[in-house]
Amino acid sequence: MPLYAERPPLPSEDKRWRIVNGTMRKHGYSRNALIETLHTVQSSFGFLDEPSIRFVAQSLRVPLSQAYGVVTFYHFFSLKPPGRHTCTICTGTACYIKGSEKLVAEAEKFLHVRAGETTPDGGVSLGTVRCVGDCGRAPVVLFDGELSAQMKGPQLAAQLERWTTQ
Amino acid sequence: MNVEELQQIAGSAQEEREKFDYEVNVCMGTSCLSQHSDKIRDAIAKEASACGKSCHVRRTGCMGPCAAGPMVMIEPAETRYGHVREEDAKDIVAALGGEPVARLDPQLGSYFEGQNFVVLENVGHIDPEKIDEYIARGGYEALLKVLTEMSPGSVIEQISKSGLRGRGGGGYPTGLKWDTVAKVKGAQKYVICNGDEVDPGAFMDRSVLESDPQRVIEGMAIAAYAIGANKGYVYVRAEYPLAVQRLTVALREARRRGFLGNAICETTFNFDIDVRLGAGAFVCGEETALIASIEGKRGMPRPRPPYPAVSGLWGDPTLINNVETFANVAPIIRHGGEWFASMGTARSKGTKVFALTGKIQRTGLVEIPMGMTLRQIIFGIGGGVADGRKFKAVQTGGPSGGCMPEEHLDLSISYDALISAGSMMGSGGMIVMDDTSCMVSVARFFMEFCMTESCGKCVPCRAGTVQMFELLTKITKGEATHRDLDRLTELCEVVGATSLCGLGQTAPNPVLSTLRYFKHEYLAHIEEKRCPAGVCEFSATAADTRRGEVHV
Repeated sequence: MPLYAERPPLPSEDKRWRIVNGTMRKHGYSRNALIETLHTVQSSFGFLDEPSIRFVAQSLRVPLSQAYGVVTFYHFFSLKPPGRHTCTICTGTACYIKGSEKLVAEAEKFLHVRAGETTPDGGVSLGTVRCVGDCGRAPVVLFDGELSAQMKGPQLAAQLERWTTQ
Repeated sequence: MNVEELQQIAGSAQEEREKFDYEVNVCMGTSCLSQHSDKIRDAIAKEASACGKSCHVRRTGCMGPCAAGPMVMIEPAETRYGHVREEDAKDIVAALGGEPVARLDPQLGSYFEGQNFVVLENVGHIDPEKIDEYIARGGYEALLKVLTEMSPGSVIEQISKSGLRGRGGGGYPTGLKWDTVAKVKGAQKYVICNGDEVDPGAFMDRSVLESDPQRVIEGMAIAAYAIGANKGYVYVRAEYPLAVQRLTVALREARRRGFLGNAICETTFNFDIDVRLGAGAFVCGEETALIASIEGKRGMPRPRPPYPAVSGLWGDPTLINNVETFANVAPIIRHGGEWFASMGTARSKGTKVFALTGKIQRTGLVEIPMGMTLRQIIFGIGGGVADGRKFKAVQTGGPSGGCMPEEHLDLSISYDALISAGSMMGSGGMIVMDDTSCMVSVARFFMEFCMTESCGKCVPCRAGTVQMFELLTKITKGEATHRDLDRLTELCEVVGATSLCGLGQTAPNPVLSTLRYFKHEYLAHIEEKRCPAGVCEFSATAADTRRGEVHV
């Protein structure tokens, strides 16, 4: 007996589901399109929640456990919604040598959250990433995905200040 | 596409260039682009048309010296400007044909001395999204030659003769790998390009994909012809959005020009390439894990044999090479294997691209012939340690490599020399550390990396990295004893010998190499409760022990 009788309907009217469906169609709803599709969901919605993982798993006829396993295996996928702003500090080797650990500590102290968490008001998500490849100008921080290099503590604090007082 | 048509495209691209008196190349790699070099390009173009100067403003990939960015280079004079801002457009345009703008001199000193560009030969000279500019610089000549004049066997022969070894770090002879896959019988074979550059502190693959993606495509197509594959995948990190975008455009352009697709160059050879995004897992650099990831599964390695050459993607014979390895293929075919083998040392041929970073004056991307010494790179090209500090160590090979002290600065770079010094070539990260870096903390940093990146499949790696991390943490807190150090050494041996894949097997390397060269720092932490670099903060009990007070 097949795992699922037929492909599920789109979860809602939201147009972004059509983009997700488009990725799956492009790959012929093949099981190996799982990671590609999850990338599309994350880039469209910002994170992966249970309904979206269920929808993708059913559409591609992948066991839900496998889909969930893939989501939790790769660091790039997030199960939590991001805050209005994201501050991602690179913790690659070159940035580490140039003191990115201190930047993380400063940001954690300023926002009162740990790296990987979002402030309670949903304002700022603090994260770390393993190397964005701008090692020549370390340390590097991504503010809302925009790369800022040769970062210094006061500069980081000033940006976070702007976001939190908005 | 035949030879005449290729020459025609190259000719008209060249003619297009000759219409202008000057070419202004603006670096738009990730690093310079983050400093808004796109606006600089627009400003220069606007200024040039306002002044009526005949000048072509071009977007290029990374020019190398990232610390001096944003970079601008004027051709044909090859004048380089550094730290350019939008306001400088006026002066740059005014200086065309005259004296260069002195205040924009990037102060590169001997940065380019001794560098030898093979992989990076087009970098800074072509627009990565325009295939015709690549063709004008000899691009796709090699593919055409291979398809029309050479048998798959003679292609492999040239690659073997060149002595090219895998640039991802392992250093497996590329010719041998191709030959193995070619000899395996199978109707369906695959070529995979490993662009999962998760090694922190390295950005060679990103730069090549951003600056000259056609070179990688050409290399893959030649490999596919040699082994008899008709489908390829490029596995790129999702953290490199610009590289993904440029590669996607390049693939579209290559299809448009008929270098990908069916009946390529009017032969019976069919080949096409798809992009697959990585999702942030270091272990996917391991070939079997990478294959699992392309299949849409968790990126977990499996025991070898069978090797991917026999049973790879979907169980079919698969060739996996690194981005830089593929980037070397076209020049080898164009100039011949002997030409490539004439560069480098006895067992390491050609050049190697390094990402020179850390506490150094001039950071950036460098390409050097094998056999150059670490001293020449760090003190010649890189200009020595920054801020007048003292050199302490250089780290290569990322989390799988090791730290080498001052005594090893005269080591000539080759796969074997680096391994005998307790490090490895790796993909090409080279991180310089000064006397403000604590080597125990550096070892702990890499162990933390391996611990979080361990996929959890085999026990030695999953549990061993955690235990080693805990022991290193204990040392940095000043709470460790000599017994802990013995236990750490023992664990290094066990994890290295018994782990399933490269991640676990090499995870102890940073610890082993720092123990080998900087044991005094470990001992200072343990015996004197003191961090020679002044990095580690010790707990109150540890500080008391140092003062000779005993807690009861």
